[in-house]
This record gives sequence, structure tokens and C-alpha cells, in this order.
Amino acid sequence: MEKTINITLKVWRQAGPKAKGGFQTYKLENISTDSSFLEMLDVLNEQLIGERKEPIAFDHDCREGICGMCSLYINGHPHGPDTSVTTCQLHMRKFKDGETITVEPWRSAAFPVIKDLMVDRRAYDKIIQAGGFVSVNTGGVPDANAIPIPKAKADEAMDAASCIGCGACAAACKNGSAMLFVAAKVSQLALLPQGRVEATRRAKAMVAKMDELGFGNCTNTGACAAECPKNVSLSNIARLNREFICAKFQD
Amino acid sequence: MAKKEQIAATIKSVKEKVEAVKDKVDQITGDPATIEAVDAVKNATVKIAKAVKAAVENKDNVITLAEAKIPEGPLAEKWTNYKAHQKLVNPANKRRLDVIVVGTGLAGASAAASLAEMGFNVLDFCIQDSPRRAHSIAAQGGINAAKNYQNDGDSVYRLFYDTIKGGDYRAREANVYRLAEVSNNIIDQCVAQGVPFAREYGGLLDNRSFGGAQVSRTFYAKGQTGQQLLLGAYSALSRQIANGKVKMYSRYEMLDVVIIEGRARGIIARNLVTGKIERFFAHAVVIGTGGYGNTFFLSTNAMASNGSAAWQIYKKGAYFANPCYAQIHPTCIPVHGAFQSKLTLMSESLRNDGRIWVPKKLEDAKALQAGKLKGRDIPEEDRDYYLERRYPAFGNLVPRDVASRAAKERCDAGYGVNATGLAVFLDFSDAIQRLGKDVVASKYGNLFQMYEKIVDENPYENPMMIFPAIHYTMGGIWVDYELQTSIKGLFCIGEANFSDHGANRLGASALMQGLADGYFVLPYTIQNYLSDQIQVPRMSTDLPEFEEAEKAIELKIEKLMAIQGHRSVDSIHRELGLAMWDFVGMGRTAEGLKEALKKIREIKKLFWSEVFIPGTADDLNVELEKAIRLADFIEIGELMALDGLDREESCGGHFREEFQTPEGEALRQDDKFSYVSCWKFNGEDKEPTLIKEPLNYEFVKRQTRNYKA
Ligand SMILES: Cc1cc2nc3c(=O)[nH]c(=O)nc-3n(C[C@H](O)[C@H](O)[C@H](O)COP(=O)(O)OP(=O)(O)OC[C@H]3O[C@@H](n4cnc5c(N)ncnc54)[C@H](O)[C@@H]3O)c2cc1C
Ligand code: SF4
Ligand code: FES
Repeated sequence: MEKTINITLKVWRQAGPKAKGGFQTYKLENISTDSSFLEMLDVLNEQLIGERKEPIAFDHDCREGICGMCSLYINGHPHGPDTSVTTCQLHMRKFKDGETITVEPWRSAAFPVIKDLMVDRRAYDKIIQAGGFVSVNTGGVPDANAIPIPKAKADEAMDAASCIGCGACAAACKNGSAMLFVAAKVSQLALLPQGRVEATRRAKAMVAKMDELGFGNCTNTGACAAECPKNVSLSNIARLNREFICAKFQD
Repeated sequence: MAKKEQIAATIKSVKEKVEAVKDKVDQITGDPATIEAVDAVKNATVKIAKAVKAAVENKDNVITLAEAKIPEGPLAEKWTNYKAHQKLVNPANKRRLDVIVVGTGLAGASAAASLAEMGFNVLDFCIQDSPRRAHSIAAQGGINAAKNYQNDGDSVYRLFYDTIKGGDYRAREANVYRLAEVSNNIIDQCVAQGVPFAREYGGLLDNRSFGGAQVSRTFYAKGQTGQQLLLGAYSALSRQIANGKVKMYSRYEMLDVVIIEGRARGIIARNLVTGKIERFFAHAVVIGTGGYGNTFFLSTNAMASNGSAAWQIYKKGAYFANPCYAQIHPTCIPVHGAFQSKLTLMSESLRNDGRIWVPKKLEDAKALQAGKLKGRDIPEEDRDYYLERRYPAFGNLVPRDVASRAAKERCDAGYGVNATGLAVFLDFSDAIQRLGKDVVASKYGNLFQMYEKIVDENPYENPMMIFPAIHYTMGGIWVDYELQTSIKGLFCIGEANFSDHGANRLGASALMQGLADGYFVLPYTIQNYLSDQIQVPRMSTDLPEFEEAEKAIELKIEKLMAIQGHRSVDSIHRELGLAMWDFVGMGRTAEGLKEALKKIREIKKLFWSEVFIPGTADDLNVELEKAIRLADFIEIGELMALDGLDREESCGGHFREEFQTPEGEALRQDDKFSYVSCWKFNGEDKEPTLIKEPLNYEFVKRQTRNYKA
């Protein structure tokens, strides 16, 4: 029942942040179509180690599509050609026997390469630090059911909150904008009464941080939402813009 | 030691004296009856002396209630009493105290944020590139709390009782009660942070049921509860990073703790990007590094989850408690190939609406195994809903250990439903008929999608196939009621400690425990320690203790790099995993555990002579990271087997096949094993000492767990 394929991989190798990188070609045989893309890379790495070479460095952790650690620009798509999945959930059955697959790191000025396919995405943490929270301390908060929240609003907030912070949106954007990521957090919190209080201040602070960190401007091309593995919707960007205009108004 | 020698000397002198009396009697009278009487006295005296010796030895190796720092008073008042009497640190002094937190999972992130909010200076470490990616993010199903919002009879006491019972009476009453008590604060806190929990149409919070409970007390955010809770804690942490109260070190791995004059005073960590070994001082160190389930190679844990921090502090003197208590989760996607890197969990919440079954007829099972039949082809009357059959009261919602063993029992009997014969069905056709496809999709949609992406089969049309897999470790570092380890100033929280789940954890209780520890327990209890430390100035990391700890790490890394053998780290790890699964898995026997010890020791030799790590140590080197973790997994595996061998009973996640009822249920031996096994390190390749913390059930009557009626 198990099907296998042979593939050729063109993988970006780069020894360090300042080193010059380039593509290396590898041939792989008898890859089970039931294996995930990362399991295929494991097989390649085992092969390289067998040849006493350095394996390819790539980020991953949960391998369930939730931690946002995996990345990879595969055949021109962040997280590969399949829709609504992260690279760790992409399966080899999506590729054809004999296919050549190109694998690159995220390409974005704000995500410098660390080694091979690993990049530094701490810029996203910094954006959250600028305001992606509700300013409450531990303890002394009201009962969880004190403020009823309409189900539709809560569900919408949940959809925005599903962002895994992977960086595919910025990697997909020709301007290198992090707008979808920022909008997802701003929306989630603005939709809930607990986060509403600081909504405008938050939007302003997060957008300012994004600009400061070297992410580009949003020109509404929609590439981010098309590539987002969690289907975070463009409507979040519209909501962010509304918050942002409000903030400007208040200044 | 001195005491033991004294006793030995006394025994010897008594023996000699009685011997002398006997000789005298012999010389004087020669009367056999008198001699016999003297002999009897001698034997009795020796017996008493031996008993005294054993008792003293035992006492040395026992942890008392006072040592576990369990507060006095009735169960429901212990925590309140503790808080009323503990020492606090005033705000001005908090600023002068540094705390290292290792880990940014639910436990680590919530602790770091809360401590920083209070005014302590926090240094927080994690392996991933961002604190938001800790393994907690992957938790799916939910988090328990005793809110009783559903008005179904829940209460703090009931949550406490269910947790104690679910843990098969192997947890501390006082800790578990406190956990149940603070559970409600957690939900309030998370809602205030903007965690988008599921709600009902009226706008109030919704609940679902989980295994081991007859009430609905589980709060959830779609199938992504861990993610939302962690993002809540991460946002609180981010706020403190922005405030300058937390300094975050991501892509760092702690490799050792530094002890100065008996107290934890810092850590040695490797910068995973540069390979540089660095030193960090703090007045106290908190370990929140998660569980050691990856000892089995294939588990539901994230790839970087590891037991190394726990293992290193064990080697520095912290006790390792109940290592053999590992949880096997009944609903995971079955193993499907040799290339497989991890196992994917299908949330327990699925058992709310899914029904578990295998065919009644062996020939149907054979046809399924050969791929000639599909699950949906088998008529209702030929299906064996074995959980509903065996456990009518709890049905598909029996606790995990019970459900896992029942699946194994059916598969061992030949009724497995996939090619390997190691899978059972989890079927939603009834739920879809009853509730409609849309409702089922709204509840479990993302899980169904995940299943389909992996298995390439549509679970709305054909029942899911599932099989048990290693998921969680109840065992871990021993801590007292204050969450302090047996080393002063060293604390341990979350899955890394042993504290609240006994021999089996109920679903949705790990998230509860991690956040209870981090938000509501540690930030108080650590002050009881730190209040004594306000006079202690920050220490230089040039002190010899730091120097030595760093040197030892460097030597270990050099040694690993120098092996230059012919085996990859993963290939050896897979071997360890197989040995663990075969002999320290769902069904254990004395013979098997001995075999495991032998195998693991062979694997250890293999590792230290054959592993190959490419590249250099002073660079980003993933193989080296994995090798350092594997070296520890091997030793953890050994201790798990040793502990399993010692525990001659079946309880919770530890099932010794020799100890079962005629119906195949676990058979505890309360008279002999009602204790926490705390292992104390005695040096490399030496047997560790077993120290026992007796479990006194003051408030709950121990019973045989019964999920049948
Ligand atoms: C798939 C899955 C689903 C689950 N679902 C549920 C559920 O629905 N409900 C529930 O209650 N529980 C669930 N659990 C269990 C629960 O998720 C975990 O027990 C819990 O999240 C552990 O949290 P933690 O903070 O203790 O550790 P983790 O979240 O594992 O965090 C460990 C942290 O320590 C860091 N770390 C580790 N070692 C080092 C080191 N040496 N140096 C520096 N940093 C280090 C890591 O980087 C990470 O930040 C689930 C578990 C799994 C695997
Ligand atoms: S918005 Fe989508 S693509 Fe962007 S970081 Fe979040 S999950 Fe990734
Ligand atoms: S590895 Fe976690 S999302 Fe891919």
C-alpha cells in the first residue's frame, strides 16, 4: 500500500549569518508519500550524517502545525504548495515522482538567516512586546463570567488568535510587511471587552514597532492571507486600519 | 552513618556477651535445657538489634510530613493558613533579588511574568526561537476548573477527589486540594488576559467533559486550548520584557545548575546560535522544563522536549520522584512508518462524542488488517464497543490508563483494525447522526483536518484509527509543598515536577497544574525562601563553583565531539525508544524490566562509543544538542526501569502484569507501596538510593478505582 517517490532537492545552504549562501542539490530515493516534508528532510539529514557531512539546519518543534517554529519557502511558497498547512503538516503525497523541489529560508529583511534554513524571527516577539497584551497583573481580576461576550465575537476573536507567529505572511509579501500578523493580534484583543480598553493605543504602538523593525508597508496585495497556514483573514487588516485611524484621530 | 556503625557495634558486643555467658553456663552446669534457654535469649537479642538497625536505616530514608512542609490543619484550610503565615519580601527588597526561570511553557511563562510583576528581576530561558513556542502550545483539549458554571454538582472538593482518585491514590492530598482551590482563579486570569475561550450563545463560558469525571468542568478554546493559554501567559511575559523586568534568553539551553554552599545560585547555559557556554547568577532558580516523555523517541511531545534540566539537577542532589509513572494516551494516530519522527495526539475531547470499537469477529479484523474491509462496512451488531461494555458507568470517558490498556488488550487478542494490527476505531457516525455534521465540525473541525492531512482519510466518512502512545510523565523532580526541590533555592514547576497527578494524570489537568504553579503557587512560596536572601548580594560568576560547572560541561561536550563513531544520534535514540516501549511501556513485568535495564546499559555503551556528531561545538549544531539530550534520556530510561522494578504493584500508568485482578484491572498494593519513590543520585554508574515519602490519606478513603458502576 505504501507508495514511494524519488525526488531532487535544491536546498539553500548558508554556514552562518554573514556567510555567503548558495543552493546545493541532493537526490533522494524511495521517499514514502506518507512521510511529512520534515520527515523527508530527516531522511536526507541521516543520509548526510552517514556521509559524515553536516546536516541541514531547519527549525521545527511540535510537528503538528501549532508552534509556528517550522518555516521553509518551498517551490516559491511559504509552507509549500498545499493550502492551510504548515511545513510540518505538508506531506510528500503532494509531490510527484521525479519532481525537483526548491527549499529556501524565509526571505525578509526583518528575518535574517542564522544558518541554512533557520532565520531569526525575534522581530515578531518585539512587536508583541510593544503592545500585544492586556495590561493586567496576576490576581485581582473579576470572575470569568462577569462580562458575557457574544458567541460570534468570541469565535471571531478565536479565529484571529489562531495565528501561530510563523512569519509566512511577511515572507510571502513582496513588501515584507508584517501587517497580517499585527492585525491578527490587534483584532483578537479589540474584539473582546477585556482588550477593548487599550485597543487604539495597542494598534498604534504595534504598527510603530513594525515600521521601526524594518518590515515594509502593506499595499493590500493579499499574498499574506493566501499563504497563511492558519487562514487568518484579511478582514483583520481592515479592522486594524480602523483602529489605527481612530488612534490618529485621538492624537 | 555513625548511627548505623554504633548499632552494628552494639549487636556485635551483645552477641559476644551472650556467647560468653553460654560458654560459662556450659562449663559450670552442662545442662542442655539451660544452654538452650541462653541460646534463645541470644537469638532474640540479635533479632531485636537487627530490627532496630533496619528501622534506623529506614528512618534515614524517609521523608516526613514536616520535611514535605505540609501545613497543619484541615485540608480546606491548609493553603489559606500557609499564605497567612508565610514570609513575604517587601517591594524595595524584591528589586534587589534575581530569579532564574528555565522554561517558557505554561509553568515557566506564568511564573516569570508573575514574579516580574511583583518586582523581582527575572531571567527566563528557552530552547525555541521564541517563548511562545514552548511545547505547552500543542495542548488541544482543555483546562479543568471547579467553577460549577454548569450547575452539575461540581465543587473544589469534587475536583480534588477526582484528581486523587484518577491518580490512583498516589498523590499528596494537600497539594491536590490546593490545585483544585486555585483552579478557578486561573480561568478568571486567562479571561482577563483576553484568552478567547469557547462560549455559549448567552455569552457565558462553555464547558466539555473529559475522562475520569462525571461533570463538565473543562474550559476550552476550540482544539487549541494550550495555544491560547500559552499565548496569554506569553503576552503577560512580553509585557514584562518590555518593562525591563524580564530578560529573555531564547535559543539557550540550560546544561547545569550551580550550587554554592548548598544553595542554587545560577545556571550554565549554551547559546544555541553561537555554541558559547555562558554563566548566569540568581538568588533562586526555577525549573519549568517540561516532561521526559521523549525518552521513548516516539511520543506526542514536541521534538525539543527533553528531561535534561531535570536530570542535571538530579545529579546535583535533587530527588527524582516516581520516574516510572508515564502516561500513555489512548487516542493517538497509529505508527505508520520507519521514518516517523513523532506521534500525533487526537485530543481526548473526541471521546465526548466518539465511540471506540473493534470488530466482534476475528475474521472481520483480519479483513480490516488486509485492507479488504473498511470500518464503515462492518454492521452495527458486529461491533464491540469494548469500553462501553466493560465500563458502563464511564463508557468511552474512562481515564487514559484504563482506555489505553483496554485497547492493547483487544489488539493483543488479534482485533486490531489496521495493517499492523495495532489500532482501534474512534467513530463519529453516531454523533454526526445525532448532532449533524456541522455541529461535529464546529467542535472538532481542526482535529479532523489534522487527521486527514496525516492519514489521508476523511474521518467524517470512515472512523478514525487510533492507538495509545506516550504522552506525559507524572514522575519528575521531587518538590515539597512550596515546590522547592531537595536543594535549597531550587524550585521545580509544571510537568517537570512530580507533584499533583499521582500515578495517572486526568485530561485537562496538566494545563491547570502548570498555570496553578506559575501564577498562583510559586510566586507566593518562593518568597518564603527569598525573604531570607535579601542580605545576599549578587555574586560574581567568576566564583570557583561557576568555573567548575562550566569546565565540566566543556569536558562533556569535548568528549561527545571526540567519539566520532558511526551512528547518528537519532538512530540510537530510536533503539532506546523501542526498548522502552517494549519493556517499560503499557505492560511491564519484572523479567521485562530487567531485560530493559540490560538493553539500556548496552545502548549507553553504544552511545558513548559509536555516536557521530558532525560539525563543531562552537557553532549552531543541532546534532550536538540532540546528543546532549540523548545522553540524559538513556539514563532517565534506566531509572524508569529501576523504579518500575521496585514498584511491585499496578497503579495508574504503571501496570505490572503480575499484579492484576482476574478481570485484568490494576491491582494496587497499598500496604506496601503507598509512598512516593524518591531517588537520590549516588554517583555515575552507582545504584541510586530509594527514599520514601509515605502517603498518608487523612481525608480521603482509598478505594479500588471503579469506573464500571
Ligand atoms: C499533544 C499534547 C496535547 C496536550 N493536551 C493537553 C490538554 O488538552 N490539557 C492538559 O491539561 N494538558 C495537555 N497536555 C499536557 C500539557 O500540554 C503539558 O503537560 C504542559 O503544557 C507542560 O507545560 P510545562 O510548562 O511544564 O512545560 P513545556 O510546555 O514543555 O515547556 C518547557 C519549556 O522549557 C524549555 N526548556 C526545556 N529544557 C530546557 C533547557 N535545558 N534549557 C532552557 N529551556 C529549556 C522549553 O524551551 C520550554 O520553553 C498535552 C500534551 C501534549 C503533548
Ligand atoms: S498571520 Fe498567518 S502567516 Fe502570519 S504569522 Fe500568523 S499564522 Fe503565520
Ligand atoms: S513544527 Fe510546529 S508548526 Fe510546524
